[in-house]
Amino acid sequence: VCFVPGGLDCSISFVSRVLGKVCVHGNQKGILSVLVPHLADLTKSDCIWQRICWRLVECVPDRWMEAVVLGFVQRAPRADVLSRLLGNLVVKNKKAQFVVTQKVLLLQYHHPTEVLQNLLGYLSLDSLRRALLIRVLQELLEIWGSSSAVRHSPPEQQQYISKAILICLSHLKEPEIESCRQELLTSMMEGVKCHLDSSLPQIRRLGMIVAESISSKINTDGPVLKFQYEEDDEARELKSLLVQTPPSCVVPSLPDDDRNQKADAELPLVLESNEKSHTAASAMPDEELDAELDSDDDLIPYDMSEDKELKTKAPVYIRECMEVLTGSEDVDKWEATVKALESLVRKNPAATREVSVELAKILLHLEEKTCMEGFVELRRRAQVAVLTTDPIPVAKYLTSQFYSLNYSLRQRMDILDVLVLAAQELSYPKCHRKTEHSDAPKPCIQLLPGSDSSKDWRRIIDERIKSKTRRFAKGQSQVELASSPNEFNSVAGHFFFPLIQHFDRPLTTFDLLREDHFVLGRLVHTLAILMSLAVNTTAVPAMGKALLELVWALRFHTDSYVRQGLLACVSSVLLSVPVERLLEDMTEQLLEAQSWLGDVMEKDPDGDCRRLALQNLLLMENLKKETKNSPL
Amino acid sequence: MALPPPDPQFVLRGTGAAVHTLRFSCGGQEPNVPLLFSGSENGFIHVWNLRTHRVDTTLDGHGRKSVYCVETMGSKDRLLSQGRDQRICLWDLAEGRSSVTDSVFTENVGFCRCSLLKVAQERWLMAMAAKALEEVQVLELPSKTSVCTLKPEVGAKLGMPMCLKLWQLSCGSQPLLLAGYEDGSVVLWNLSAGKVLSRLVCHQEPVMSFDFDSEKAKGISGSSEKVLSIWSLNEQQNLQVYKTHKLVNTGISDITIRPDKKILATAGWDHRIRIFGWKKLKPLAVLDYHTATIHCVSFSDHKNPSERLLAAGSKDHRISIWSIYTQT
Repeated sequence: VCFVPGGLDCSISFVSRVLGKVCVHGNQKGILSVLVPHLADLTKSDCIWQRICWRLVECVPDRWMEAVVLGFVQRAPRADVLSRLLGNLVVKNKKAQFVVTQKVLLLQYHHPTEVLQNLLGYLSLDSLRRALLIRVLQELLEIWGSSSAVRHSPPEQQQYISKAILICLSHLKEPEIESCRQELLTSMMEGVKCHLDSSLPQIRRLGMIVAESISSKINTDGPVLKFQYEEDDEARELKSLLVQTPPSCVVPSLPDDDRNQKADAELPLVLESNEKSHTAASAMPDEELDAELDSDDDLIPYDMSEDKELKTKAPVYIRECMEVLTGSEDVDKWEATVKALESLVRKNPAATREVSVELAKILLHLEEKTCMEGFVELRRRAQVAVLTTDPIPVAKYLTSQFYSLNYSLRQRMDILDVLVLAAQELSYPKCHRKTEHSDAPKPCIQLLPGSDSSKDWRRIIDERIKSKTRRFAKGQSQVELASSPNEFNSVAGHFFFPLIQHFDRPLTTFDLLREDHFVLGRLVHTLAILMSLAVNTTAVPAMGKALLELVWALRFHTDSYVRQGLLACVSSVLLSVPVERLLEDMTEQLLEAQSWLGDVMEKDPDGDCRRLALQNLLLMENLKKETKNSPL
Repeated sequence: MALPPPDPQFVLRGTGAAVHTLRFSCGGQEPNVPLLFSGSENGFIHVWNLRTHRVDTTLDGHGRKSVYCVETMGSKDRLLSQGRDQRICLWDLAEGRSSVTDSVFTENVGFCRCSLLKVAQERWLMAMAAKALEEVQVLELPSKTSVCTLKPEVGAKLGMPMCLKLWQLSCGSQPLLLAGYEDGSVVLWNLSAGKVLSRLVCHQEPVMSFDFDSEKAKGISGSSEKVLSIWSLNEQQNLQVYKTHKLVNTGISDITIRPDKKILATAGWDHRIRIFGWKKLKPLAVLDYHTATIHCVSFSDHKNPSERLLAAGSKDHRISIWSIYTQT
């Protein structure tokens, strides 16, 4: 492609057509990887070449425009290069405008971040194109703020849109922000609401980051919105998109950047070393005084062996503990009681059984009086200890309280967690049970609930699936050590059925099927775990049947966390209920479930749901094979 | 075999409230009775007769607000008291009177005890925490004129002054002020210029109390953590950390060095009084009598060494009096 400039009137339309045809036939990569760097170099300083390039792309016929523009956008190394190559194509050509502003941003989401940067940077570089930038931002915000989009679109697309919004924000200038400040504010408020409503922590965090960024842009001097979330690589990457490096000094500043970074790094080092030398000087011990004659020697010390650390004594009786927890003003004693309670309960099972429901009630309502480390963990362990010592009455109490008025969501979820932990403990053989003492109490506050039990069920179910899909229908291949009766057997039903009973009965403060869908998700996960722990108990077939009915009733729930839980329930039913009972009692349910699972696997927007549905279908296939193979 | 620690010589009961401050006045000649002044949380100052172990007089001058500092001005007839009613009162106790002769309204709602230094006959300097958060004001008594206001520089972030001590190297030389602050640092101020001479960060927590030995230019400070910090002042008027001593339990409310500079006593939040040798900070004794945190310790100013006493006032309303290491 060697034109000789110099007053020659060339017609480029032929070249454009060739380019278009080649691109549309799929050879974008080949031709553009050669063409784009060449054109980038040529157009750097030469205006004529720039105009030639613009004419080149403008003359590409509409039906091939998309392929060409997409190719250019993907290949261009930087936004200003793209600007030089395409010029104001997006303003002049409708098809190009559609591709750039609608298709790439809203309808596709597989492009990497650099492509987004280049595209939006390109839009921001020319005043004619900036109007498009604003319009793009408005459309992106509309989608970001729509609750149905948040609920139904896959997380990857939501992340893509969030990135696009952040990059747009970084390009906006003051007067533009002024003009659309009100709009930004309203869309931010709506968007934040539906993002925080979601049950998936990733979506919530995306919403928080974008809202913080918008707020910092529109309120440069006032108080800025600030959320608390986990800062990891993803969050940092998203936040870095908000800061714009000016395009003109990107290339030469690469060595500059390093130099700047080194200079910045040097400054704090210098300051640090200054401070260190100061403190070193001041901490220099004065050697002189040691040399003086010691006339202290004639003072004889007294016996100081009694001098030990001061400890407040914890009570030794359960009833005393209960008194301290309910009434005492002495904060030290209260703390000591909370710390000692679990071991006391385990050492005195008979005494605990007398007062179990009372104690469970006190623990459920116990709130942190002082700033104690590990309070939540200690309370939970005490509750689990009480529940395992006297399962039936305490389970009855806890499950009834789960559906009662005037409890906070946190307390209801605590009930679920305690039931799961106690069930786990009861279902393990006694000699294998090690009371794990966490030596380092977890100091962090659980900001993202659902972390414990959701990982648990995944782990349990994954292990089971792994173990089941490899073997044939034989017994456990592990060597069983000393066995003892399964204590969970007698109480499994008491844990399980009351939880399932009232899920569709709304109370004034607690409605599982409407606003409190997060708790519904947790409840469903809990039921899945209880189901899987109930393997080999006598109540298992009845539990399985009830659980499948629950799953059937809720299968079209809009919250993806709930759907994941439902799929986990199906897995646990398939794994825990013996095959014969499955096939005898639950054939129609299994068939209906199978068709539903196929539907989920193909059409569900959430990736995790699809994967779980696939696993369930595989499980079902395996079970069918097993029954065919078994000699019956 | 080390002896078990001694028991208190006697215990004064009857204050009816937590004891925050103690001051002995036993230097007088016969027939003067050795006295102990104590300030309590209920606003009363009790004058204890150390012969009869009973209260001779009760002074009520702070509107039932806690009295947290009591100082004698020369003799037992003149008393200065500081209370949480934001006032410093000067009392005239001669010939059985008990009246407030003068008072200073400090406008300070903190807990910082004031410090008195006699600079000339009938002239004292008094350092106290001022109205503004980080400031210390020095007044001349009895004229109540302000000598200077010590303001830390902007950005120093010292916090409230927690404890003060005015001292001079010898009679007639420049008075200096040592102040311990909320951020854990001890600052040496030059009063005439109103400037900081040296600042030493010796604790991570607020400096609860300190005492300074001007002869050896060495001081010791205690805080709400488990460490006692000993620091010294060199010829260039710079403070340096000399060493630190780790304690068994956290929290020191008061430290005082005996006038003969042989031993020092610390009042602990763990209900115990600890005695150390001053030369090398050798632990000497742990006195365990009280059942609540000890707020103050004070050594007596007896002229006869064998009569010297140590008093400790605690939250459990009692004042214990000890006779310890009186043979040296």
